[in-house]
Amino acid sequence: MRSFAETAMRWLFLLTALVSVGAVLLICVFLFANGLPAIFEIGPAEFLLGKTWKPGNNLFGIFPMIVGSLYVTAGAMVVGVPVGVLTAVYLARFCPKRAYRVVKPAVDLLAGIPSIIYGFFGLTVLVPLMQTLFGTGGKGVLTASLLLGLMILPTVIGVSESAIRAVPESYYEGALALGASHERSVFFATLPAAKSGILAGVVLGVGRAIGETMAVIMVAGNQPAVPNSLLAGVRTMTANIVLELGYAADLHREALIATAVVLFVFILLINLCFSVLKRRSGV
Amino acid sequence: MKQQTPPPARRRDPLSVFLRTITRLSAYLTMAALLFLIAYILWRGAPHLKPSLFQWTYTTENASMLPAIVNTVTITLLSLLMAVPVGIGSAIYLAEYAGRGNRLVTLIRLTAETLSGIPSIVYGLFGYLLFNISLKWGNTILGGTLTLAIMILPLVMRTTEEALRSVPDSFREGSFGLGAGRLRTVFAIVLPSAAPGILSGVILAVGRIVGETAALIFTAGTAAKVPDTLMGSGRTLAVHMYALFSEGFYFDEAYAAAVVLLVLVVGLNALSAYAAKRFTKGV
Repeated sequence: MRSFAETAMRWLFLLTALVSVGAVLLICVFLFANGLPAIFEIGPAEFLLGKTWKPGNNLFGIFPMIVGSLYVTAGAMVVGVPVGVLTAVYLARFCPKRAYRVVKPAVDLLAGIPSIIYGFFGLTVLVPLMQTLFGTGGKGVLTASLLLGLMILPTVIGVSESAIRAVPESYYEGALALGASHERSVFFATLPAAKSGILAGVVLGVGRAIGETMAVIMVAGNQPAVPNSLLAGVRTMTANIVLELGYAADLHREALIATAVVLFVFILLINLCFSVLKRRSGV
Repeated sequence: MKQQTPPPARRRDPLSVFLRTITRLSAYLTMAALLFLIAYILWRGAPHLKPSLFQWTYTTENASMLPAIVNTVTITLLSLLMAVPVGIGSAIYLAEYAGRGNRLVTLIRLTAETLSGIPSIVYGLFGYLLFNISLKWGNTILGGTLTLAIMILPLVMRTTEEALRSVPDSFREGSFGLGAGRLRTVFAIVLPSAAPGILSGVILAVGRIVGETAALIFTAGTAAKVPDTLMGSGRTLAVHMYALFSEGFYFDEAYAAAVVLLVLVVGLNALSAYAAKRFTKGV
């Protein structure tokens, strides 16, 4: 009797574990089945490289959105990665125990704040700030980059900190023994050894930034055109979906799903990079 | 934790001073950004928290958030009801049953990692395609709930697995030694010891559900009422904020909702940290 329960539960646990496999399959099937036909109907080249998005005129080129997503993501990295990595160094190597008990939960909280709240914050603080600084509309690549840079901080900090902590203590001690100061030992012996782990954190941050939706649509301006300056408005792939799915029909709707397919492929590539780096760093 | 006292800095070495300064500045910057964000939201929203915002029905005059709060609670509880048993079951399989180097385990881990990297808008679009279009449900609380359940699944899986793995093997061996089977060991020994860790993950998942917007707009929809059945449309608090933003008239009310949301998230984070602390102390 007991062995029957054992076997049954073993299979039940296995079944639950297979739910996530099923979910990924289902997501892939639904996205690709609904999105790929549209890509072929529009023509892959026109869809991916076309510079005009005018659903009313049956023009579905998402090149501006792809570029837009890449721009704001790159901008977010420029803003968020240096601050994030240095904060991680601080947390792992410089922080007094007492301060750690304050800063660490604060970083976790930063990760927990909903993106819609970041969006409102960006809209009523960053956008007017940009308006007064540059005399433009205030929404654009730079504003979105700043906001996203803030939003990816906890991701970069979390992964980088554990990567730094995973470096054997002997590296640091060896550097100290050779006469290097605490700072030099951390930066020139420990930090290089944590390289792949930190890079994994950065890649994870890229994934967060490229997939972010609600905060971005509130501060990016959302013009479907390739931006010609840092202050110009920009529309990301995620924004394209949210802004138009509500009223889109037929090919227009399928083109939006196809936008999500492109985004999904980007995410899969990023995930792949992340798992390769993670395995290499052993974090 | 290894926390050695840093050797006295060499004041003369400018590079060390510089490195120390930038790490500290970055940490301060991160903290300052968080404090400013919280203070700003409270300052903008708290004065607008009036009783009329908590009336039972939403009208264009009161822009009440109470229906949204009720929907948030419903969606949170139902998603947990679906995702937590599956997540815990998967984690039990991965941590307690599966052998090392099992191909299936690699696949399950890979898919869970993929799931956790998928942006919420892609989940939203998937839910929309599956529930709203293919199953012809339209906007429903149930569709939103199922979408979110898949979204939080990898989080519950990962935190539970970590919690299970940090239960010392001696506990299991003791249980086996007393003649208990694997199933009994899992339920009577391992799960209770890991409970606070699991709880901490579940609370984090609640935080994600509460703050989610992009995955819900096109699945649960934006109706500003408590639907009679689960097959009706209803907005959560975060979606409520977005809806108020896109209608454009209710910024003060949106900020008031932001305050409630923020207080919720801060509370949940504190609770999760408390549970995690109990866990590390308990084992």
